[in-house]
Amino acid sequence: MNLVRFYLDNTREVVGLVGQHLLLVLVSTAIAVAIGVPVGILLTRRPAWRGPVLGLANVFQTIPSLAMFGFLIPLPFLGGIGARTAIVALVVYALLPIVRNTYVGISGIDPAVREAARGMGMTDGELLRIVELPLSAGVILAGIRVATVVGVGTATIAAAIGAGGLGVYIFRGVAVVDNTLILAGAVPAALLALGADGLLGMLERRFVWR
Amino acid sequence: MTPPVVELRGVSCQLGTRPPRPIVRDVSFTVAPGETLVLLGRSGSGKTTTLKLINRLIEPSAGDVIIAGRSTGAVPPFRLRRGIGYVIQEVGLLPHLTVADNVGLVPRLEGWEAQRIDARVTELLTLVGLAPQQFAARRPHELSGGQRQRVGVARALAVDPSLLLLDEPFGALDPITRTELQREFKGLIARLGKAMVFVTHDVREGLLLGTRIGLMQDGRLVFLGTPDEFRRSAEPEVRAFLEAAA
Repeated sequence: MNLVRFYLDNTREVVGLVGQHLLLVLVSTAIAVAIGVPVGILLTRRPAWRGPVLGLANVFQTIPSLAMFGFLIPLPFLGGIGARTAIVALVVYALLPIVRNTYVGISGIDPAVREAARGMGMTDGELLRIVELPLSAGVILAGIRVATVVGVGTATIAAAIGAGGLGVYIFRGVAVVDNTLILAGAVPAALLALGADGLLGMLERRFVWR
Repeated sequence: MTPPVVELRGVSCQLGTRPPRPIVRDVSFTVAPGETLVLLGRSGSGKTTTLKLINRLIEPSAGDVIIAGRSTGAVPPFRLRRGIGYVIQEVGLLPHLTVADNVGLVPRLEGWEAQRIDARVTELLTLVGLAPQQFAARRPHELSGGQRQRVGVARALAVDPSLLLLDEPFGALDPITRTELQREFKGLIARLGKAMVFVTHDVREGLLLGTRIGLMQDGRLVFLGTPDEFRRSAEPEVRAFLEAAA
């Protein structure tokens, strides 16, 4: 009840924070896709790079998020206080599932299908565009879905470095020991994560062949 | 005599390193227009590799493959392959494309107009005995094995290539469907007058469809001749195949 009252009293602020939160996740995921999918494709063409690249992405993944934000603050260009630093950190976290799923999705295609396509006279680019990307789209989207859902959660911590988002309520609630305030941030964040999971899951199922 | 569509001159192929294994050894033959050369042999005899040496899915380590008077090494591989129909067992169709898109794939790569592709697809599906209105929009998983192979043959014919390579196209089918498709295919061969290289391990299929038969053993061509010559040959591997089929 307290929560409903809180939202009624602070509608403008809540909408603003949800918007900030969404923007953080959308921008960082978009950048991670723009980097991660080409890197994943590159790994299928240069298998020797797979170990080092996935290893590095794995190491990034193990850094606790609060520590990651802390590390980034003193860096020039990438760091500082605010949304830009938060987006850099969120991109770093989103890369691993996207790179890995792109690589796994493409290399999991039946080699006979690839050979048939080459036998028909496809160039490497045509093979990628007409065969490999459509056939691995479901697996790649699954990686993007994981990255997005994790991103919605991690973005709450971005409030710690002044990037805004729903984490603002959570940190404020923790500071003043007010459960209603914590829930005011946590509940919509959870709903956003569920919503993103459902939407991307629906999209993913459209790419199931046979 | 008409010049051959394809000619292999002393072609060898080794795969792997330390030590390289010879897969195909010093194979030579020619295939003229209207001729169907059947490459027969046990599993691992090198017949499929020989087929892939023709469209350069595998590179020869020695010798020369000549198509329409030019060495295949002198042409970019994708250009070479678009001029050669290629039919393989079972998996050749792209599962995410409709039958029409599969058949029209090479014309699309070649930049044909949509209208011309549609007309060609309709013509080809009719040719291989699939009603276009009924099958064009289906996906490969909605077809039976026999229907899929018909689509595979239609796709290989799409840009009217003068050479067709077939790798056990009927191998995964039940015996009744296989016999039915073999008969129809024989009729189709006669009408089209194309040069074909057809790989199989089935002697009956080879004798039915081939104008000539090449028998491979351990990477070598141990027999090359007409089906009649094949039946009379004293070559031990030929006898072994004929006895197995009797």
